[in-house]
Amino acid sequence: MTIDVVGVSKRFKSFNALDNVSLHVRSGELVALLGPSGSGKTTLLRIIAGLDWPDAGEVRFDGEDALARTVRDRNVGFVFQHYALFRHLSVFENVAFGLRVRTGKDKVPDAAIRARVSELLELVQIDWLADRYPGQLSGGQRQRVALARALAISPRVLLLDEPFGALDAKVRKELRRWLRHLHEELPVTSLLVTHDQEEALELADRVVVMGHGRIEQVGTPAEVYENPATAFVHDFIGETLALPAEVRAGRLYAGDRPLALDSQGTADGPARLLARPHDVDFADPGDAPFAGRVLAVRTFGPVRRADIEIAGRDGPVVVEAAVPLQQDLATGGLIGLLPRKYRVFAASA
Amino acid sequence: MGHGSVTAGRQSISFRRRSVIPGFGLTFGLTVTWLSLIVLIPLAALVLKTTELSFERFVAIVTAPRTLHALAVSFGISFAAALVNAVFGTLVMWALVRYDFPGRRLVDAIVDVPFALPTAVAGIALTALYAENGWIGSLLAPLGIKVAFTPLGILVALVFVGLPFVVRTVQPVLADLDKQYEEAAASLGASRGQTIWRVVLPTIWPALLTGFALAFARGIGEYGSVIFIAGNMPNVSEIAPLLIVVRLEEFRYADATAIAVVMLATSFILLFIINRLQQWTERRTTER
Amino acid sequence: MSVAEIAPPATAPARVIRQAPPVHTEPPAVRIAIITVALVFLGLVIGLPLVSVFVQAFAKGWQTYVAALVDPDALAAIRLTLIVAAISVGLNLVFGLVASWAIAKFEFTGKSFLITLIDLPFSVSPVVAGLVFVLLFGSQGLIGPFLQANDIKIVFALPGIVLATVFVTFPFVARELIPLMQEQGTSEEEAAISLGASGLSTFFRVTLPNVKWALLYGVLLCNARAMGEFGAVSVVSGHIRGLTNTMPLQIEILYNEYQFAASFAVASLLALLALVTLCAKTILEKRLTREH
Repeated sequence: MTIDVVGVSKRFKSFNALDNVSLHVRSGELVALLGPSGSGKTTLLRIIAGLDWPDAGEVRFDGEDALARTVRDRNVGFVFQHYALFRHLSVFENVAFGLRVRTGKDKVPDAAIRARVSELLELVQIDWLADRYPGQLSGGQRQRVALARALAISPRVLLLDEPFGALDAKVRKELRRWLRHLHEELPVTSLLVTHDQEEALELADRVVVMGHGRIEQVGTPAEVYENPATAFVHDFIGETLALPAEVRAGRLYAGDRPLALDSQGTADGPARLLARPHDVDFADPGDAPFAGRVLAVRTFGPVRRADIEIAGRDGPVVVEAAVPLQQDLATGGLIGLLPRKYRVFAASA
Repeated sequence: MGHGSVTAGRQSISFRRRSVIPGFGLTFGLTVTWLSLIVLIPLAALVLKTTELSFERFVAIVTAPRTLHALAVSFGISFAAALVNAVFGTLVMWALVRYDFPGRRLVDAIVDVPFALPTAVAGIALTALYAENGWIGSLLAPLGIKVAFTPLGILVALVFVGLPFVVRTVQPVLADLDKQYEEAAASLGASRGQTIWRVVLPTIWPALLTGFALAFARGIGEYGSVIFIAGNMPNVSEIAPLLIVVRLEEFRYADATAIAVVMLATSFILLFIINRLQQWTERRTTER
Repeated sequence: MSVAEIAPPATAPARVIRQAPPVHTEPPAVRIAIITVALVFLGLVIGLPLVSVFVQAFAKGWQTYVAALVDPDALAAIRLTLIVAAISVGLNLVFGLVASWAIAKFEFTGKSFLITLIDLPFSVSPVVAGLVFVLLFGSQGLIGPFLQANDIKIVFALPGIVLATVFVTFPFVARELIPLMQEQGTSEEEAAISLGASGLSTFFRVTLPNVKWALLYGVLLCNARAMGEFGAVSVVSGHIRGLTNTMPLQIEILYNEYQFAASFAVASLLALLALVTLCAKTILEKRLTREH
């Protein structure tokens, strides 16, 4: 099933949670909504689920108005951030809940419920926990129950709110791999909210980067990482080395010195030159567009980092650079920085 | 339910946030209706009835010596009882939270007796105990101390009804107080006494004040446990609630109403103060 | 502690465990003094009165005790008390559930004001609570003449007693449920509804099981107060023997007639109810910690 979000806006009191957001999700796709807290990603997910309403805009499932339907008959599987398992029901009854509440002509016979629940518990590999209560489960097990419960109603779309947020790092990695695998087996259109870029990049077919209630960029993990559309995306995803600069008459300057670098069509005014640390080479201070003083060098395992102080427009700026292990770098010495690959953005953005 | 995108915008100006959970209109409506019928309208009727009195009449009733005495007895002895409870309630609470002794759980349960025991039962039991021929009264009589049928009896009754308010308000705060603070104080060289005075007491202070106010408020309105032991001598040991009943039995409705309004107004003021105190307590306990 | 202190001297018993005085308790003497004062105080103020109820009830022997309880007026008072408690607890139970659903599961302005209003009866003197109903429904009351013209009796009759009791027990159930339901939040209800459950089915299958112990707790306290209410009921009942006397009022009448043993006999029933309530409360509190 496809999901279309068209021009959705939502305010909470004076706070703009969503500002004219539009998004198209293809059938069977796994899409991650990625952003810092307060970026509106959870609000968007709840609006798609029908747990919240937009002030303006439309949500369409397969082209059909979803806002006209309540969450009850929207047929979405929602996995809550803290799972929201029914604490007074066993694992089995939690998963069976969505089938048990069907009445009248939709009533599901008990035998069918048993068969379906057993099948789901097996699918999420916790059939041996059927008689336990949520309070007796580990975080990872609860996560699986929540997923099985959401899948029990054969949802047209699966929505997951920070599904791994409450788990420790090791379990999180394991479950991530497992979820990816499950999605390949059951290609339900899925939307996942996360603030963890690694999770989004590893798991999703496409990533939607959100900030301040707006969509900053939509693309495959590689696109988002390699070609950030905005300074926000560049900063938020991966590591960023930000160098202060200025565009004057279409040319890039560091202080009063013109740089032999492309301004990339950025408008005149203060600018920031953003690069991945590993895309910045060290050079002789005289030959490089940027130069600074080495404040400190740290080595941990195969990684070496240096704090370098560069003169900026409003005083000195300290950047953290990646240092090749073979490079000699003396604390207190001057060093030049030469970005090989970079993006230029207006500083206010 | 079933609002489409067309009506969605309307909700943002409504007084509540829209929710998927149904039944707000029904349950909110029922709540407000029932609350109005049982509590608000009857209380409003009391105020309405007072407006039938002229202002001079109202002042005359309230400032009549017998009324003033009754109010003074109710407020004064309630305040004294709340003080007694603040001191002894704190000791009881301290023993329950900090020490282990045989029967601690039973003692802890007994603190709630005044909440559960009907006031009339408490009243006759206290009277029987503290009367001159009672178990305690007979011990005090040779010393020249009379408790039952004197203002002192009222104090005993109000100490009884107020005690759990102090203990149950302060107890959870002390129980939740992390030992770290006391350890920190001790590590900085404070004596045990200094630690309690400078670290523990300031922490439980808002809760203690709340408990004091609750016990005080309860004492002012208390009727059942007091009237048996008080002796009910006008101008000496007559409490304000009893005076209301007396005036009612004399069919002096205006007098009863006027005194009741004064008491209601004080309850509102106290309720407001207690609310503030509770907010203060919460802020104090959640900051850490 | 120095090394020398830790090493056991040759003559000492094999193991000496040295302990620094604990920093977060008082010296034993102070401890014992505090416990003693606390116990004596509790004994004088609460323990002895409670014991004396039962001692006084049996002061004139078993026969008097039983006779006092099977007295027709006493039986009528017991019956009336049970009826009043059943009605008022029932009403407050439904109200408590309805009010806590509205308050805990939704966000709206004026919520904390509404909670304050629900708690209001706790801070009103029982006598004032009784008085307001007399002022409304009594012969001199605002709608008294109308009631009289239509031959409806509220004050000095069962409806008045029930109204006064409902008033004083109004907050009991609601105030137990509201904080718990607020703490439990709405995500389980949202989950149930997203799985296709209706509102009612969500309430009965998810919300109610989650608060059942708190509900029982509230009902228990509400019932104890309803059966024992004195001041408010005293004002509205008119003290008609065998008709509008509840147990607490019967106790008062017997006491004022110097029938102490009979008075304490009836009182012992209410004291027993209080003890049972407290036991159940202690048990429930353990269950409740699990609900939280």
